[in-house]
Amino acid sequence: MRVNSSAIDVSNVGFRYGSTVVLNDVRLSIRAGEHVAIVGQSGAGKSTLLQLIVGLLKPDNGEIRIDDVPVTGPVVGATLMFQRPALLPWASVADNVVLPLRFSGALRHDRGGARSKVLALLDQVGLADRAEARPAELSGGQQQRVALARALASEPRILLLDEPFSALDPEMRAGLRADVRRLAQERGVTLVAVAHDLADVASLAERAIVLGGVPSRVIDDLPLGNDAATILRARMSNLSAVA
Amino acid sequence: MISLAPDIRPAPGSVVSALRAAGSQFVAPALGIATMLGLWWMAGLVLTSEPRFAAFQGFAIERTFASFGDLLVSGDAWRAARPSLIRVGYGLFWAFVIGAPIGLALGCYRLFENAVQLPFQILRMVSPLAWMPIAIIAFASWDGAIVFLIFAAAIWPILFATAAGVKQIDPVWTAMARNLGGRHLALLKTVIVPAVAQDILTGLRLALGVAWVVLVPAEYLGVTSGLGYAINDARDTLSYDRLAALVLLIGLIGYALDAVIGFALRRAHWTPSI
Repeated sequence: MRVNSSAIDVSNVGFRYGSTVVLNDVRLSIRAGEHVAIVGQSGAGKSTLLQLIVGLLKPDNGEIRIDDVPVTGPVVGATLMFQRPALLPWASVADNVVLPLRFSGALRHDRGGARSKVLALLDQVGLADRAEARPAELSGGQQQRVALARALASEPRILLLDEPFSALDPEMRAGLRADVRRLAQERGVTLVAVAHDLADVASLAERAIVLGGVPSRVIDDLPLGNDAATILRARMSNLSAVA
Repeated sequence: MISLAPDIRPAPGSVVSALRAAGSQFVAPALGIATMLGLWWMAGLVLTSEPRFAAFQGFAIERTFASFGDLLVSGDAWRAARPSLIRVGYGLFWAFVIGAPIGLALGCYRLFENAVQLPFQILRMVSPLAWMPIAIIAFASWDGAIVFLIFAAAIWPILFATAAGVKQIDPVWTAMARNLGGRHLALLKTVIVPAVAQDILTGLRLALGVAWVVLVPAEYLGVTSGLGYAINDARDTLSYDRLAALVLLIGLIGYALDAVIGFALRRAHWTPSI
């Protein structure tokens, strides 16, 4: 029997948009509970890779496994936080956060329990008093906090972040980053973050997977310690020089 | 280009600004109505002063308003409008029940869109009244034929507005919902239908306008009730004041129905977030 403690296994994965090959022969493995950053130049296929992992896109070749189960469609439990908060503008904050519970049927079975859970999550992201507000009434940072609460409502085993801090100012960014790190650690969630900002990478991840080349593949897999930002800066400047 | 002219716009919240807003909201529409009534009154003057137009004096504004009052007081207005409203209601109901789901499918499935786009565009271009002979053969009752003609006019705005709305849905919403476990019906109910509610209502509003226009000629068909019949009857009996009063009634009811959907549309409005 094969023993596999990996949460995510990507083997020989390739993907193309039309005639443009974006990813080729991508191989990586992420252990359960690990916090990993995926870095690379713009257009390196980082966001595409996240969408392939959660099953929103299908690879042209290769295989992706989550908890040793092949990914053939959207995977419940592998939740992606998009670059934009993707909140439904006609629904209240609470109605946005309750979406995963609505989809899973939990809301129908236990409305009171779902409501309590939503309020508890909003409390954890500092928005308990905005449950009835509409997304348009919130700041960008608050909207991303709602998206984080919604992602956590799905009780993910794996949380994937597609540059969700990129549109925020530095102060909001640092606050949300700290929230994500704290909540992921508390829940033992596997974290996979795509980030451009090296401060985001250094503070969120213990390991960085670098995508590069044309088409993209994994060209480096770096453990990150105290000097994470320095290591990454050097690696990224090498990539820029090559590009 | 940089303008060198002084900016003379009043500051928001100032008295001048409030007066301007009130002018735009109330005075301008009142001026429009007054102009229309003035032109009508002048046309009436011509009709009443020229002996060769004597037969048409009923179209003059005073005679029309007097007849309009009689229509309301006698209950004839309601007796004429009720069957018409029921026919338009049925026609719109079927146009909505059939058109909105097809519009959703058209927006969601490219293959379906490619298959039906050409036939739908051809059918859309056929005047609803061109279906009249076929409707008379196909339906056992005159009412059925009229409802079908209204349906044939109303389905296209609903169908195409819904399809266009689906195509404009932010793809990140559907990706998010699928990622969180939303499938088929749940996705439709939670994301797609609320996202296009405004578009469906806009289509319904356009459909109502078309249906109301088609109604009168459709009611020239064999029926003995409805606003179209009443207009035909007024013409045959040379009651031009009554005819003009019925035209006024049709316009006012159409405006009121449009206002109801406009109100629903404002209620369904949502503000896009970032």
